[in-house]
Amino acid sequence: MASVRLLVTRSGCTALKAITGHGQRSLSVSSAVLARTHVSYEVKDNVAVVRINDPTSKVNTLGRHMQAELVEVINEIWGNSAVKSAVLISSKPGSFIAGADLNMFQACKTAEEVSYLLQAGQKMFEQIEKSPIPFVAAINGSCLGGGLEFAIACQYRIATKSKKTILGTPEVMLGLLPGAGGTQRLPKMVGLPAAFDMMLTGRNIKADKAKKMGLVHQLVEPLGPGLKSAEERTIEYLEEVAVDFAKGLADKKVTVEKKKGLMQKVQDFVMGLPPVRKQIYKTVHNKVMKQSKGLYPAPLKIIECVQTGIEKGNAAGYLSESENFGKLAMTSVSRALIGLFYGQVACKKNHFGQPEREVKKLAVLGAGLMGAGIAQVTIDKGVATILKDTTEEGLARGQQQVYKGLNDKTKKKSLTTFERDRIMSLLSGQLDYRGFENADMVIEAVFEDLSIKHKVVKEVEAVIPPHCIFATNTSALPIKDIAAASKRPEKLIGMHYFSPVDKMQLLEIITTSKTSKDTTASAVAVGLKQGKVIIVVGDGPGFYTTRCLAPMLAEAVRALQEGVGPKKLDSLTTGFGFPVGAATLADEVGIDVAAHVAEDLGKAFGTRFGGGNIEVLKMMVQKGFKGRKSGKGCYVYGAKSKEKKVNSGAEDILKSFKLTAPPAVSADEDIQYRLVSRFVNEAVLCLQEGILPDPVQGDIGAVFGLGFPPCLGGNKICKVNFHNPPFSHISGPFRFVDSYGADKLVQKMKHFEEAYGNQFTPCQLLLDHAKDSSKRFHK
Amino acid sequence: MLTTNQSSYDLFCFILQRSKKEKCTFHFHNTTVNIFVAKSKKTLAKPGVKNIVLVDGVRTPFLQSGTIYADLMPHDLARAALQGLLNRTGLPKDAVDYIVYGTVIQEVKTSNVAREAALGAGFSDKTPAHTVTMACISSNQAMTTAVGLIAAGQCDAVVAGGVEFMSDVPIRHSRRMRKTMLSLNKAKTLGARLSLLGSIRLAHLAPELPAVAEFSTAETMGHSADRLAAAFGVSRLEQDEFALRSHTLAKKAQDSGLLSDVISFKVPGKDIVSKDNGIRPSTMEQMAKLKPAFIKPHGTVTAANSSFLTDGASAVLIMSEEKALAMGYKPKAYLRDFVYVSQDPKDQLLLGPTYATPKVLEKSGLTLNDIDVFEFHEAFAGQIMANLKAMESDWFAQTYMGRKTKVGAPPMEKFNSWGGSLSLGHPFAATGCRLVTTVAHRLQKEGGQYGLVAACAAGGQGHAMVIEAYPQ
Repeated sequence: MASVRLLVTRSGCTALKAITGHGQRSLSVSSAVLARTHVSYEVKDNVAVVRINDPTSKVNTLGRHMQAELVEVINEIWGNSAVKSAVLISSKPGSFIAGADLNMFQACKTAEEVSYLLQAGQKMFEQIEKSPIPFVAAINGSCLGGGLEFAIACQYRIATKSKKTILGTPEVMLGLLPGAGGTQRLPKMVGLPAAFDMMLTGRNIKADKAKKMGLVHQLVEPLGPGLKSAEERTIEYLEEVAVDFAKGLADKKVTVEKKKGLMQKVQDFVMGLPPVRKQIYKTVHNKVMKQSKGLYPAPLKIIECVQTGIEKGNAAGYLSESENFGKLAMTSVSRALIGLFYGQVACKKNHFGQPEREVKKLAVLGAGLMGAGIAQVTIDKGVATILKDTTEEGLARGQQQVYKGLNDKTKKKSLTTFERDRIMSLLSGQLDYRGFENADMVIEAVFEDLSIKHKVVKEVEAVIPPHCIFATNTSALPIKDIAAASKRPEKLIGMHYFSPVDKMQLLEIITTSKTSKDTTASAVAVGLKQGKVIIVVGDGPGFYTTRCLAPMLAEAVRALQEGVGPKKLDSLTTGFGFPVGAATLADEVGIDVAAHVAEDLGKAFGTRFGGGNIEVLKMMVQKGFKGRKSGKGCYVYGAKSKEKKVNSGAEDILKSFKLTAPPAVSADEDIQYRLVSRFVNEAVLCLQEGILPDPVQGDIGAVFGLGFPPCLGGNKICKVNFHNPPFSHISGPFRFVDSYGADKLVQKMKHFEEAYGNQFTPCQLLLDHAKDSSKRFHK
Repeated sequence: MLTTNQSSYDLFCFILQRSKKEKCTFHFHNTTVNIFVAKSKKTLAKPGVKNIVLVDGVRTPFLQSGTIYADLMPHDLARAALQGLLNRTGLPKDAVDYIVYGTVIQEVKTSNVAREAALGAGFSDKTPAHTVTMACISSNQAMTTAVGLIAAGQCDAVVAGGVEFMSDVPIRHSRRMRKTMLSLNKAKTLGARLSLLGSIRLAHLAPELPAVAEFSTAETMGHSADRLAAAFGVSRLEQDEFALRSHTLAKKAQDSGLLSDVISFKVPGKDIVSKDNGIRPSTMEQMAKLKPAFIKPHGTVTAANSSFLTDGASAVLIMSEEKALAMGYKPKAYLRDFVYVSQDPKDQLLLGPTYATPKVLEKSGLTLNDIDVFEFHEAFAGQIMANLKAMESDWFAQTYMGRKTKVGAPPMEKFNSWGGSLSLGHPFAATGCRLVTTVAHRLQKEGGQYGLVAACAAGGQGHAMVIEAYPQ
């Protein structure tokens, strides 16, 4: 049985891009006299070819207008006795239907209004399912959400094997459920386990996998160029093939039913037993509860809808689906996830304009974990990259890391070995500055030490051309301090990547007062090319992300000193919605790094950054407990055992630094809010001080930058179930303040302040919001 | 060149000026008039450049693999072609300066098959030989290597050829198994050997079969051909018609004795073979019944409209004109300009001829209308049709080839009129010499002056060569 993982992979989120599109609500469709703009059809050999193309957007979405035209066209087809079958196809390259129009739901005021909209969709699809003539869905490009529900209502599905063709139900990632028959049809089509897997993870399914699962009937190979461009000709070819199949279906030469194998028959039989199904519902429910900590309502509703449909019949199932969708659409979780999604889209754009020169050659200094990671995501996008280190061992390690990163993709078949080799050929590993005279950008990722950074700035500036940008990858050193050594500070900028670079989506770009706009535009362009979600923040110790994390970690250390064990601390933080517990997070970041940052920022910000005793961390580093990388941190990392054991050495250190927990602020919930409020307060302060340009970037930075995958550097990609990034059900510190209430938070902080002092003093902006409840960070 | 707005006086002058029997077909009031007009160039001979000639070319009968040649080895076939060439030309064995041979699927025992075959065919052991490989244009590469050796003044007489033997191909143990076996050689103690033997799993015994697939894309050639045909909108009907044409023309050529390059070969333990055995003109109805072989169920490339796996070898004698004449030979043709091209191995794998044809014509200063005889390698009917459509498209020439205009498609009456690889067979590395020899023979037979050879090859490569008839 396929394991049901509630795993929203980061890359999965990008698929959501398509879900929104741009609404066309404003178009009023009062008159049927108007020529149709979104849907057209022609009859070829008794086959009606219905073509969809939303002229107002890059992708097709099911909005009111599209739906209305579709209903019209389909009715016309049914009324035409010459039509024996139909093909549904998109004329847009790369998009079949990317989902329902989110704006349509967001405009609704009540759950009932949303349910009503859903019921119209359900009805349309049901009519197609029961259509007297067969419908063939010809799929090229994204077929997601409502698009997939449309396709599975058709009698036959043909998909191109293009890399752009993806099928899936990503609604769960927006706190919603497949509300137009998806929860009812999918289990029948692909079986209960696979259907749960699809709907609960929201994962994208490629065409060949879809064929294996029984989600599509036929595959069509994408074509190269002929007498038309490859894209255009592929769509034409897909249509030709689909028309042939449609004819075959009408003539009964093609049958829809596949012959079932023995395994399939056995599975069907087993699934036919009510106790077995009951057990499945229970198992899935428990898994969801375990992983979501009950913070996300959508997965549970999905299970409920599926169960209702199977056990009580279609009518009940549809009703449950539309009602639950309506309810979910009104939840703050869904609103927050949708807000987060829009924020992510906004952070995938370059707001600084087109840079004067495109970066065609990049050089990375330092082949460590970060440097090699940056090199990998750069060559991956076809940009020639120099990877320079000072020692052969360091360089070899870095090159191996890049190779491994790409080779793992070939194992997962997302890359062929040939493509891997081509990409690797763009990497030039070297120990000297050869070729730097042609570099358009240099990103340094050398050791975090100001004097070393200064030395590097001077060395590099001596060899690079005048137009070349110098970017520094640092997680805490102020950029202006690094720029002090530069002869050309306008060309210097901070690019803070997160480890592991090839998995973490966030890039924090830091500008100083001297950084030119073109330099920023260029850094953003490079980051976008590398596939990053980008926030651009002002300079200062710890910038934004590190600065917010530091007080939270200091609080975590204090909690540990107060006798909250690492395991308890982890469960409290994950229970609040963080993907990784605070103690595990410290191990992943590295205790030495945490100590380093805590010390630096402690110096810069004073007692506000206090809390836990920094000597705890220093002592741990001294004893070699540097976290996962050294095998020991808060936990012991054995090679095999699944269960993490607490490091007794670390416990001894904690005992020697034991603090007494003030009982008034040490209940479980208190500890959670102590951790969270320090993070949130620092974030709001960053906005107040202008480090952050706006709350959207603050939320995105917190969500995408600080969700550390728990299996750093492991072989398998995150088999451990972590699902959403921290704060994602509340979608970042600013959305959290909006939904929780600034006044309530300030109240809590004041309570903590009494026990601990100024670490919990709310900043002015937070106080302003507490005083005036009409003030909100997000509209 | 003759253009439509020229007066009848000009036309008359053209006719009077004709230097050779260059044929041009006009259509007046439904009657066809053949007249002879001048070429863009009288000859492709260049001052100061050595003339290189094809003295003669032969080939073994091309047989479907697994038939009469089944028990031979590749060098046996190559040997037969080389001996045939010696017999046909009466060439003294020690008069050959060098031998170049092409092959694609290598028999590991005879990896320099050129040398093994030459020794076996009784050539002097003082004649060096090397093997080249360039997929389906391997023997073209062998011939142009020979041309290069002669042009550089290093040799005067070179034998070039190619052999392919698909009845037996190297099937290997799996990589894991090979690794274990190689370690076994090095294991010193019994214990070490036993532990290695113990590490063998059933799965390691699964053999590795060679596939006619691109290494870079892992796509089989038939699959690529089907996609190419679809990209250019070539229908199944068009492909079947072209395949039928190929078989019909080959049969006609075989029956009327035009395939004079074929030598008889006494196969050890079997009869004398003297005819290609893959020529089978069928009917459109029968061909329509076949299911697609690669893209199922809606593809268009079938076994009947693809070239089949073939065993065969070919050989040609190439000399400097001086040497040939000095030895008393009457050469068949001049080998003139040639080009190699390469493009995207995924989506344009088999478009070599489209890229190579305009390039070689430009190089020699000719136009498509100057060519009297076209011999294109027919890998798949769909591939030929796609190439013809690409050559006929201005858009394709502009968008993908960086050319201002299309080169145009060859007129069918001049195209592969004695059959092609679809019907005669396609022993990968032997086809190139067949194409060149056929052009020479057709030029002689049909009285033309210029011929063009073009071929596609795996790896997304291609080749074209212009051949000029030797004055008779």
